[in-house]
Amino acid sequence: MSGLKRAGAAIVGAAESDLGLVADGLNPIDLMAQGITRALDDCGLALKDVDGLLCAATQSRTSGLSLSEYLGISPSFIDTTILGGSSFMFHVGHALAAIELGMCEVAVIAYGSTQRSVGRRQASVREINPFETPYRPFLPSTAYALAASRHMHEFGTTREQLAEVAVAARQWALLNPAAWEKKPLTVPEVIGARMVSYPFTVRDICLVTDGGGAIVLTAPERARSLKKPPVYVLGCGSAITHANISSMPDLTVTGALASGRQAYAMAGLAAKDIDVVELYDAFTINPILFLEDLGFCPKGEGGRFVSGGHIAPGGGLPVNTNGGGLSYCHPGMYGLLVLIEAVRQLRGECGARQVAGAETAIAHGNGGVLSSQSTVILGTQATV
Amino acid sequence: MDQSPLAIYQAHLDKGELAYQWSPAAGRAVFYPRVVCPYSGSTALEWRVASGFGTVYATTVTHPAEGEPYNVALIDLDEGFRLMSRVEDIDPMAVKIGLRVRFRIHKPGGDEPAYPVFVAAEGAP
Repeated sequence: MSGLKRAGAAIVGAAESDLGLVADGLNPIDLMAQGITRALDDCGLALKDVDGLLCAATQSRTSGLSLSEYLGISPSFIDTTILGGSSFMFHVGHALAAIELGMCEVAVIAYGSTQRSVGRRQASVREINPFETPYRPFLPSTAYALAASRHMHEFGTTREQLAEVAVAARQWALLNPAAWEKKPLTVPEVIGARMVSYPFTVRDICLVTDGGGAIVLTAPERARSLKKPPVYVLGCGSAITHANISSMPDLTVTGALASGRQAYAMAGLAAKDIDVVELYDAFTINPILFLEDLGFCPKGEGGRFVSGGHIAPGGGLPVNTNGGGLSYCHPGMYGLLVLIEAVRQLRGECGARQVAGAETAIAHGNGGVLSSQSTVILGTQATV
Repeated sequence: MDQSPLAIYQAHLDKGELAYQWSPAAGRAVFYPRVVCPYSGSTALEWRVASGFGTVYATTVTHPAEGEPYNVALIDLDEGFRLMSRVEDIDPMAVKIGLRVRFRIHKPGGDEPAYPVFVAAEGAP
């Protein structure tokens, strides 16, 4: 996002709402409010300080209205951009702009979903597309499976390499007490699981959980006066390439190529400078595509890159350290939780899964069917 | 506008034709049908009928909770546009990227409109 200032704002608070299967009767706005309250506690600010509100949800048509009413606030800046799971990375760029322009001083970005409690069909509106719906695609899994088929065809990516992504995610999840999945997973178990959309079995596909959370952003001066070390927004970038998979120009190249370039340019960093990598892993093909498009390996090499535990704990590159959407939590639009994990890694709060000495992190969001990509690069005080 | 792009497309399908739009301004095909060319911004779009020959660009097999697995594929038509469809009459796992295919009309019956499907086109150009 050209025009934004490197480290023009910092994330000062971050918190999950209840995750997994939440108490009966909780709704997405409850979870957003819970996330916001916890994230404000995390930094020592209060609801009365919040004058910027950014949120997105599939279960609330006007979530900005509902959430403002619920919290008893009337924010001077409000943004309910919704572009799928990457919405919250888009929000970070928008919050940065709003803070720089003086449209607000304290911005919260919130998300909530009860898709496990109410069922996925109730959690999102089913859209009829006369050019796709007759073929009964399982969306989104069919779309990502088509992308995987193309990657396997062009680059020789294997079923085992896809499974390695799920196994690495599970190993990280076992180090995260908040993760939904609690048991080890092997490559043969992934491949042998129930087939859903070839080449994907159910273990190649993200979880269906409830969950949400919030992050709090403010200007650097104020950030440094708060409870926790600020995590600076060093760079952000976004790209939209299509809405439906039949309109994606090239199924092996995502908008992460463009969003990453923008984010790296703003941050003055390259892939080699990033200590912790958090990528939206809705399906096992996603990290492979994003590792390539964000420059961690050449195009087509993603499958080989993730092999042999390279992105697992103890591997060469720490990727999806919370266990990801595959094994930690996936309430439908998981991007906000990707940001929360990146913040926590840079604060050194991650216990057994902490990446030692992490100073920079990339939080990459994906939305729709590889449709919207948004990249946020974060750094500690040492990077500013 | 008297007739929507979708209605014109559907009328062609009802005659057994796979129609698409051509954008003279962009010099390329446009699909799905719409009121403006996404490559040029021009609203001057012409209708053409495709030869019906194409190549499988990407393919997957969907496994429903009940019933038999079925193919979902993206097909690149020879005229330079892509659509979602399925390849019929062969094992869904036998649908491979690069397979030459030919359009066939599918009429589901009842109130459901006709839609294009494909079959393998052995020996096709």
